[in-house]
Amino acid sequence: MIGRRVWAWGLASLVGLTSVQLEGQVTFQRLTAAPSEPQNWLTYSGNYHSTRYSPLTQITPANVKNLKLQWVYQAPVAGNWQTTPLVVDGMMYITQRLNDVVALDATTGRALWIYRYTPDADRIVCCGANNRGVAILGDTLFMGTLDAQLIAIDVTSGRALWKTAVANTKSGYSITHAPLVVKDKVVVGVGGGEYGIRGFIAAYDVKTGKEAWRFYTIPAPGEPGSETWERCPPQTVTACDPDAWKHGGGSIWMTGSYDPQLNLTYWGVGNVGPDYNGAQRPGDNLYTASIVALDMDTGKRRWHYQFTPHDVYDYDSVQVPVLIDNWANTGINVVAWANRNGNFYILDRATGRFLLGKPFVKVNWMSEFDERGRPMQTPQPEGQPTYPGNQGGTNWYSPSYSVRTGLFYVSAWEDYASIYSLSTAQAPYREGANFGGSGPRNFGAVPGAPGLGRSPINTWTEAAGHGAVIALDPKTGQERWKFKMTDVTDSGILTTASDLLFTGGREGYFQALDARTGALLWKTNLGAAINSGPISYRVGNKQYVSIVSGLSLFAFAIDE
Amino acid sequence: MAAVVCALGAIAALAQTPLHDPQYTDADIAYGATLYTSRCVTCHGPQGDGIGGVNLRTGAFKTAVTDRDLDRVIRNGSPAGMPKFDLDAAEMAGVIAYIRNMNAIDASTVKTGDAVRGRALFAGKGNCTSCHRVGPEGSRVAPNLSDIGAVRSPGSLERSLLDPNSQMMPINRPVRVVTKDGTVINGRRLNEDTYGLQIIDDRERLHSLVKADLREYTIAKTSPMPSFKETFSMGEVADLLAYLLTLKGQ
Repeated sequence: MIGRRVWAWGLASLVGLTSVQLEGQVTFQRLTAAPSEPQNWLTYSGNYHSTRYSPLTQITPANVKNLKLQWVYQAPVAGNWQTTPLVVDGMMYITQRLNDVVALDATTGRALWIYRYTPDADRIVCCGANNRGVAILGDTLFMGTLDAQLIAIDVTSGRALWKTAVANTKSGYSITHAPLVVKDKVVVGVGGGEYGIRGFIAAYDVKTGKEAWRFYTIPAPGEPGSETWERCPPQTVTACDPDAWKHGGGSIWMTGSYDPQLNLTYWGVGNVGPDYNGAQRPGDNLYTASIVALDMDTGKRRWHYQFTPHDVYDYDSVQVPVLIDNWANTGINVVAWANRNGNFYILDRATGRFLLGKPFVKVNWMSEFDERGRPMQTPQPEGQPTYPGNQGGTNWYSPSYSVRTGLFYVSAWEDYASIYSLSTAQAPYREGANFGGSGPRNFGAVPGAPGLGRSPINTWTEAAGHGAVIALDPKTGQERWKFKMTDVTDSGILTTASDLLFTGGREGYFQALDARTGALLWKTNLGAAINSGPISYRVGNKQYVSIVSGLSLFAFAIDE
Repeated sequence: MAAVVCALGAIAALAQTPLHDPQYTDADIAYGATLYTSRCVTCHGPQGDGIGGVNLRTGAFKTAVTDRDLDRVIRNGSPAGMPKFDLDAAEMAGVIAYIRNMNAIDASTVKTGDAVRGRALFAGKGNCTSCHRVGPEGSRVAPNLSDIGAVRSPGSLERSLLDPNSQMMPINRPVRVVTKDGTVINGRRLNEDTYGLQIIDDRERLHSLVKADLREYTIAKTSPMPSFKETFSMGEVADLLAYLLTLKGQ
């Protein structure tokens, strides 16, 4: 069902009073050269390198204390709001739950139009009805939906142009991430790793919505990688499923990156299914918990690297791939990756060669890497905590890389563990039903004490871990500085060319740190958890920083 | 005297022996118990046998066999009329953990005595009201117990009486702060974030403090509550436990 478009309140008078340019005209060339127009925020992570770094410099360490709230947009829907806005020539485009797209004046927060799409009532979505944003090309916005549709929307009118069924929502497929547009294709992947899906990444023609290519993150028998879905052992093992690949997971739920020179697009692949019952699926289970580098024109896999072979901890590798040029002055262009499994990685982005792996939080599921980057796994005894815990040393929260400081910044959960129960039973697959298998329990809660209703850990238990922003030196993986929080954090990170770092956290604070030292420079309490990533943009002579907290989108700037 | 020693030994053994299937944590089970009390008990009853053909306590279900089955039934409801319950992952884990362990942690395995005698012990020999409050009576220094029988499992309460440190929630820990002007405040932590701290002091006054204004901030790891293992008989512990289980709030 194509959604309906509604005119926002007061539109007629608003149009008359503003000089906002509705025309997008965002060409592929503009997307490729996004850093050259710092006033805009053209892709989910700000640029194809996904550095979430803004070249803007009006807000500085010296004047950041003068930031003032400029406007607030309140979403008329409930629930965890994870969108990252796009900003194009004074206009802001956001998604709001369930699958609305809103065009806002980026200087006032007033809406010009709202496109509403109502996803199928039988949709099956794990972990919240989230949408993290749109992509843009030309005059068209693209949104993936909770019921696994891809919709093109006219940027000037908010009217749907086409809709393509990407997958069957009744089987547990969904789309929650912002699409990636490259050349004449829009790329999306499917979520549903807890529902026994067979994950894939697919590209669609931006004009027609016709599928151009599809890469399955779970290879079929005979395809490269299928050997990692091993045959069941000859002796009777009741848990083993000889057709495990059919429901092997490998979901995609964060936006990938793109290297124009190599014409490769990089995507992080989620957990294997069932999440925890490893005996059901012997082998490494490619390409789950991996990065895949795909030829943008054909979708053919150029290389892959698996961060967590035969994952039994739900260590999705969906993190945003951050591309760094001339790593450590070696001339090698790399992908930098702080993984949910607690390690920081550097990979040659032309070949996938493992260059560096080092824990950034406490890790005990593995001990060391071999020369090819394969981890030596060290499963913990039954009942003992595994570090990092189920939600990971980090998760989907956008990291940032500053070309000025040369540091990589990640939102981390420190001293956080889970206890995993080994199951010898087979998790039976049923279409659309949860396929997680036997799950973990968080470590650190008080035995017998009532839960506080805040999963996965409560705010106030020191033994259950805490959040931090960690600045890593990509050359070595060494920590340069750390900003500790009392609660954990699900916030993304923004850095700017004036060496500022903006981030939030579950406590509801939005704070600016010195990107060189981690010193706190400014903070404000926005009153609700921050679950998205900050962005920066400029309209006229004013630089803005915006962030979502709770059900509101805030924009800050320094008044003249 | 020998009988008392024997009884104390039995309590100690009880406290050390896992009361439930170890694949479920105490925290999940206790959390699930609170959810069960608020969401499930109306139909399924306090003993889990309120629906014909279903006995949650003994594991007799109509269709469910595995925990995943329970997850599905709870999430989707049943044709027999059970509504859908939109629980998050922690809530679901808790409810299932409790259902799987109802028989292991409830009053049938944790010995309870006479609630009337327990109430007298609470106000008298136990001197509980010097720190705790029930309804309009008692001190606010320690956590309010007006609904403790609803929010904690019998096993957790028993362990609180015998080994308070094991059951003290971090948020309730005693804290000592010294402000930059030298003011000393002793109290109980109510809330904390990166920049601030909220406590109730030993004179029952609320303080919201900025960490940057503190010279010292110390969190005690041990509970100021005494163990009743040595001072109460097994029967008295059972009586006190019975009383606490009657405290269900409003």
